[in-house]
Amino acid sequence: METRKVYMDYNATTPLHPAVKDAMVRDLELYANASSMHQDGRAARARVEEARRAVAELIGAAADPERVVFTSGGSESNNTVFATAFHLGRKGPRRGIVTTSIEHPCVLNAALWLKDEGFPVTFLKVDQYGKIDMDEFKAALGPDTLLVSIMAANNEIGTIQDLAEIGRLAKAAGALFHTDATQAAGKIPVGVDEWKADYLTLSCHKLYGPKGVGALFIRKGAPVEPLIRGGHQEHGHRAGTYNNVGILGFGEAARLAKAELAEYAARVGALRNRLRDGIVAAIPKVKVNGHPVQVLPNTLNVSFPGAEGEAILLYLDLAGIEVSTGSACASGSLEPSHVLLATGVGPELAHGSIRFSLGRLSSEADVDYVLSILPGVIKRLRAMSTVEA
Amino acid sequence: MSDAFNWLYSDVVKDHFMNPKNVFDPEEGFKADAQGMTGNVKCGDQMLFMLKVKDDVIEDVRWKTYGCASAIASTSMLSEVIKGMGIRDAYNIKPEDIVKRLGGLPDNKIHCSVLGDKALRAAIDDHLAKTGREGAFRNEGVKIICTCLNISDRDIEDAVKQGARDWEGLQERTKIGTVCGGCKKEAEELLHEYVHIFAED
Repeated sequence: METRKVYMDYNATTPLHPAVKDAMVRDLELYANASSMHQDGRAARARVEEARRAVAELIGAAADPERVVFTSGGSESNNTVFATAFHLGRKGPRRGIVTTSIEHPCVLNAALWLKDEGFPVTFLKVDQYGKIDMDEFKAALGPDTLLVSIMAANNEIGTIQDLAEIGRLAKAAGALFHTDATQAAGKIPVGVDEWKADYLTLSCHKLYGPKGVGALFIRKGAPVEPLIRGGHQEHGHRAGTYNNVGILGFGEAARLAKAELAEYAARVGALRNRLRDGIVAAIPKVKVNGHPVQVLPNTLNVSFPGAEGEAILLYLDLAGIEVSTGSACASGSLEPSHVLLATGVGPELAHGSIRFSLGRLSSEADVDYVLSILPGVIKRLRAMSTVEA
Repeated sequence: MSDAFNWLYSDVVKDHFMNPKNVFDPEEGFKADAQGMTGNVKCGDQMLFMLKVKDDVIEDVRWKTYGCASAIASTSMLSEVIKGMGIRDAYNIKPEDIVKRLGGLPDNKIHCSVLGDKALRAAIDDHLAKTGREGAFRNEGVKIICTCLNISDRDIEDAVKQGARDWEGLQERTKIGTVCGGCKKEAEELLHEYVHIFAED
């Protein structure tokens, strides 16, 4: 088979949707400050508000688009929530933070910051599939709980949490509920009301939009402490001149993500299953990580015992296939994926894990190409390995 | 493009990664006189070195690894370099010599390249033990500090000379103390001593 370029790292980032790119190029001419009162300023602002409505519609907040605040991305959105918790908790009475051990580093590190500041922080364990234990969650909730922050879907293994139930329990305990929906949006239905979310994080570049723009949904009445102080943009929740072009791109990306969601989930889900079944059939002793059913349609995380992840990644890279790994060697740290370790797979399987994340440009030919290359790579690495597969 | 992303394009590294030399093949019937293993799968890499030695000269070599691309490439290079070399010279090969021959590795990959060197020393030690000279080379002023990973005071000294200034920097370069951690106190004392001698200005 001829060498081809196969991108299977859509959870890292996505290429611009051609329609998003067209919209952004068109709007590059619209240079006016969206806060200016004159004609051009108002025109720019109108496009920002149009984008805001599209983002609100994607997350089931169409009734009140004003609740969507644009940010520079998912990390800023998440940090805004934790900064808010910091300010609230300092005044008391509630101070408890409940999150999980498999969050994205920007939530984990923000939670560790609060812990360092003396806040009681619970990192919920997950089961072998990456789901939190509802009984442990219930036990962690109490009259002191200030904030529950639990990701909607995991970036590495794709496992989807029971958000509606988590939101119900968090609200019943009187806590604020935040979910990082960076990986969920555009892949599964996202609903701030169904999930009873006070805060919800989005990132645009995971949705075939540009990098450097994201959003934080803030429910009406939910407290918010700005991370970036300054002008009155975004009701004072987030200062800084509007990133017009990025925001407009986000609007278009959100509109398309909502319109294409059903088709995307069915088509990409079928491709992911084809890849998973092909790998399991062709390569002995593999372990598919993540939940078998409650999983993002595009995400497949597999451990290959006896083969080290970075070596797998780079052999695939030489064949034109782009994936990511939970191996420590690829991250430059000495620890493998905290997500896989939390699911109890053990360091050896975590070091030998590969994440294939598919997307809207993935094809059957891509999957078949990977299936033509991968078994040989694993066989070769296992043959030179000191570790039995 | 920074080194960290450029390394794949060092043709020497790429060639050794794509076509590693002297990898052990069970079909081949290689009979080793001595062998040494180092590393730990928990850390994500492990290395086995097998030697054929005659009159204290390395005649032939095979190796196996559970390791990343940098470990594979640097060990492949090392295995080529030591063929025909006396065991004492081979014992004293430094990882940085191998890295130099590879045309360099990014800083965060240097620690991956030390594994082959450590396994080689373990194999030579095995040969010495089998020929009634156990620990003969270790007594040349080298003391093993981290017994899990066979890391000596000389390794710590070298790491400091290459820029390690604290425990994290030392671990990054040598992986010391990443298994049981029992050596930390002694290693930190040495680290401070070497930083004082070699690095303070």
